[in-house]
Amino acid sequence: MIKDVIFIMLSVILVDNYVLSKFLGICPFPGVSKSLNTAIGMSGAVIFVMTLASAITYLVYEFLLLPYDLEYLRTISFILVIASLVQFVEIILKKFIPPLYKALGIYLPLITTNCAVLGVAILSVDNGYNFLYSVIYGFGAGIGFALAMIIFSGVRQRIAISDIPRSLEGLPISLVAASLVSLAFFGFKGLI
Amino acid sequence: MKKIIEIFKKGIITENPIFVLALGTCPTLAVTTSAKNGVGMGLATMAVLLGSNLVISLTRKVIPSKVRIPVFITIIAGFVTIVQLLLKAYQPDLNRSLGIFIPLIVVNCIILARAEMFASKNGAGYSIIDAIAMGLGFTGALLLLGSVREIFGAGEIFGVKLSEAFSPAMIMILPPGGFLAYGLIAGIINWTGKKQLPEKDCSSCSINCPAKNEVK
Repeated sequence: MIKDVIFIMLSVILVDNYVLSKFLGICPFPGVSKSLNTAIGMSGAVIFVMTLASAITYLVYEFLLLPYDLEYLRTISFILVIASLVQFVEIILKKFIPPLYKALGIYLPLITTNCAVLGVAILSVDNGYNFLYSVIYGFGAGIGFALAMIIFSGVRQRIAISDIPRSLEGLPISLVAASLVSLAFFGFKGLI
Repeated sequence: MKKIIEIFKKGIITENPIFVLALGTCPTLAVTTSAKNGVGMGLATMAVLLGSNLVISLTRKVIPSKVRIPVFITIIAGFVTIVQLLLKAYQPDLNRSLGIFIPLIVVNCIILARAEMFASKNGAGYSIIDAIAMGLGFTGALLLLGSVREIFGAGEIFGVKLSEAFSPAMIMILPPGGFLAYGLIAGIINWTGKKQLPEKDCSSCSINCPAKNEVK
């Protein structure tokens, strides 16, 4: 049990990092990793929504889709569940925990179309996890996303002050830098 | 006729979804391990885009603008499911190698962006043409990226061995190679066109969210 949890966490954070080796959630990656603050804000929102989304989509899949043979509706139902979940979380936070809303609020709407969240839901069904493991998987994937974001925002701050060829400025150099960070994460491949 | 040529030019060159707008980066990087996968993904996306553009432009007058984004996402998800089932039935190998990125076409920004920017404002005919043009632009870019990675990473193109003399660098078909190839090709395109690829920010995203001007 504990061993499984550690195994899931290690593999999803380091070995199969969502951003750097599975290519999920790249869209906001170059945008929000420009400064450490936005990187932390976005990561917080992603961890929060991913954990909740993997719990709820597990329940939807197990108790609604499977018993009625509706597995083919998985994509539609998951995206709708995630979209309404994000909206719901936004309203709840705004009403009851304003400081948290202030910190994460502006990032929440961006998350609906973040493929990492839908990816987490689909992959944990594909992997056949139970409820607890799904939640842990979702949480771990969020942590992995945060790790990649935060490391990369440091790299970006170095790029900003260095002299690079004009045609590589902006997106191209970020991608090349991401390639190097991803290469570094490749070193974890032998871990498990 | 002029408008049709204009749409094609936009989709394939001046507003190429990958190299100019930088939309849909996740599938772009993930599935271009070979030219064949790139083309497969491109065509699957194009099929979804065709369906969603057609239905959205036909129903654009009855969808209230307040709930249009959820409606668009539902329509897109419906077509994604159709494509997924078709691929599973007729192209099981391709389905396996594209894996999770087939259901993830739902959240591909290109499709929602075209729905919002084009199909919800234009007639069915032009919307279909726009879908074909954008789909071709996307497929072409994936083909380019996939070929480059396959040639350098496996020494093959469409599974055909090129030369024995050249020993491929495996890293190009692994994740780091994806970032590297995309970055360098985008750089080369900038260099030849002397045009700056937009810094990835919210301006290319069609969803009107409160974060729009705050996240740069």
